[in-house]
Amino acid sequence: MTSPVITVEHGVVGYDGRPVLRDISLTVTAGEVVAILGANGSGKSTLIRAVLGLVPINAGSVTLFDKPLRRFRQWARIGYVPQRLGAGGGVPATVREVVASGRLARRGVLRPPGRADRSAVDAALGAVGLADRAGDPVSTLSGGQQQRTLIARALAGQPELLVLDEPTAGVDAASQEAFAGALRDFVGDGGTVLLVAHELGPLRPVISRAVVVHEGRIAHDGTVPDPAGHHAEPDHDHVHPHCYDEPAGLWSN
Amino acid sequence: MELFQYPYMQRALIGALVIGLAAPALGIYLVQRRLALIGDGVGHVALTGVGAGLLLNRSPVLVAVIAATIGAIAIEIVRARGRTSGDLALALLFYGGIAGGVLLVGLSDATSANLNAYLFGSLTTISPADLTTIAVLGAAILVTMIALRPALFAVSHDEEYARVSGLPVRTLNLLIAVATAVTVTIAMRAVGVLLISALMVVPVATAQQVTRGFRSTMAAAMALGLFAAGSGVWVAATADTAPGASVVLVAIASFLVVAVAGAVWRVVRRRTTPTAAPTPEPHEVVLS
Repeated sequence: MTSPVITVEHGVVGYDGRPVLRDISLTVTAGEVVAILGANGSGKSTLIRAVLGLVPINAGSVTLFDKPLRRFRQWARIGYVPQRLGAGGGVPATVREVVASGRLARRGVLRPPGRADRSAVDAALGAVGLADRAGDPVSTLSGGQQQRTLIARALAGQPELLVLDEPTAGVDAASQEAFAGALRDFVGDGGTVLLVAHELGPLRPVISRAVVVHEGRIAHDGTVPDPAGHHAEPDHDHVHPHCYDEPAGLWSN
Repeated sequence: MELFQYPYMQRALIGALVIGLAAPALGIYLVQRRLALIGDGVGHVALTGVGAGLLLNRSPVLVAVIAATIGAIAIEIVRARGRTSGDLALALLFYGGIAGGVLLVGLSDATSANLNAYLFGSLTTISPADLTTIAVLGAAILVTMIALRPALFAVSHDEEYARVSGLPVRTLNLLIAVATAVTVTIAMRAVGVLLISALMVVPVATAQQVTRGFRSTMAAAMALGLFAAGSGVWVAATADTAPGASVVLVAIASFLVVAVAGAVWRVVRRRTTPTAAPTPEPHEVVLS
C-alpha cells in the first residue's frame, strides 16, 4: 500500500532564464510526512509550487496520484496551505468564509454549500482550535491564527495530501502546538504531507523524512538532520523578517 | 413627488435602482482584488464604442458593450500576465479609449450634448427599450454575482489557492471582466462614463467600515447602492440637479456619515467600556 502520491523526475525550474531548481527527483508515497529543508533562496518553495503547477517546469515531469500534472484534475485530493494570507483589497471576510473556500474543490463552482460542507468546515475549525473565532474577521487575528485559518481551509476539503509552505515561520508557540496537533491527527488518519520548513520545532516528531535542497539540487534525502549551532536551541524561532521573496509587483524592477 | 407620475421619471428611477443594486454586487469583487478603478478604465474604452455607434448610426449602447468587453478582456489579460508594465498598458487603454471616443463623436453628427449624456449620464432620456436592456442585463449580473459568490470570493481572495482547488480561474476572471464591461455600459446611461466606478466602489467602501464578513459586506453594499440610487434620483427630481451626480454624491455622503459615526462610536465605546488590554503575542526577542 505504498503508492506514489508525488513523483518529480529530473525537474528543472527557472525564472527568466535564471535556474532555481536544476535537477530534482523526488518521490513521496502515501502516508509519508516529508519536510523540505533548505536555506532561503535554495528553491524549496519553488519546488512545491512546481509540484502544484503554480510555476511551470522547464524540463522533467511532475506526477500527482499517478497522473501527469497536466492531466491531473482531482484537486480535491490536495490541500494547499500558502505561506500567508494576502491582504487583498480590504473587504472583510470571516474565518468561516475563508475556511469554507476549502470546500470548493470538492463541491465545484455551481453547487451551493450543503450540510456536509458545513460540518466539514466545523470539523476543520475545531481541528485547529479556532471554532470560537469562526465569525470574526480574519484581519483581526494574529499571524499564527491566520496561519491556522489557512490550514483549516485546506483540511475542510478533506484532502489525502497536504502541501504546506513554511507553515510555522514566525508563528507563535500556541499556534505551532495547535498546528502540530492538527498535523498529527491528519497523519494518524492516513494522510500524506509535504511541507517546506526552515525550522521543524514542535513538528520534528511528526516528520518521517527530510529532503534538503541546496542550490537547486537535493543535497540530502533521508532522516531528519540535527540542527547545528544556536539553531539547535529548543526555543530558537528561525525567521528572517526581511528576507521574504517579494513577488514582482508594481514597484519592483 | 408628482414628477414620478411621468413615465420618463419612473423609467429613470427603475433604471437607477437596478444599477444601484447590481453595481456594488460586482464592485465588491473588484475592490477585493484591488481593481477598484477598473470600471473607470473600462468606461473610457466604452466611450470609443459610443463614438463608433454614433458615427455608424448603430445603437451606441450596443457598440459600447462590445468595445467595453474587448477592453475589459484586454485589461484582464494584462493583469493575469502580471507584467510590471501592466499599469502603463492600462494607461494606454484608458486614454486611448477616451480620446478615441471624443474623436469619433466629433466626426459624427452628434452634438456635445450627446457626448455629455454619456460622460455624465442622462437618466431622464432612458427609453422603454433602454430600460428593458438595463433590467435584463442588470438582473443577469446580479444573479451571477450572487449565485457564484463562493467561487468568485475564492478567486478574488486568493487566486493561487483557487487554482490549486481546481477552480476554472481563467474563466471566472474573464466572467468578472465581462460582467464589468456589461455593468459599465448599462450604468453609463445612469451616472455616465466618468462616474461609473463610484457606484461600484463607494457602497462597498461604506459597507466594509462596519461589516465583519464578505457576505454581510455584499448585502450591505447592495442596500447602500439601492438607497443612493433611489434618493439620488429623488433629490435630482425635487432640486432639479443632474441625476448621475446626485446619485454619486448621496453615495459619498453615506460614506462620510458612516465613517464619522463609526469613529464617534469607537471613541464612545472605548470611554464607556474599559475593555481588557488585548493579550500581546509572546516576545520574540529579549530586550535588555
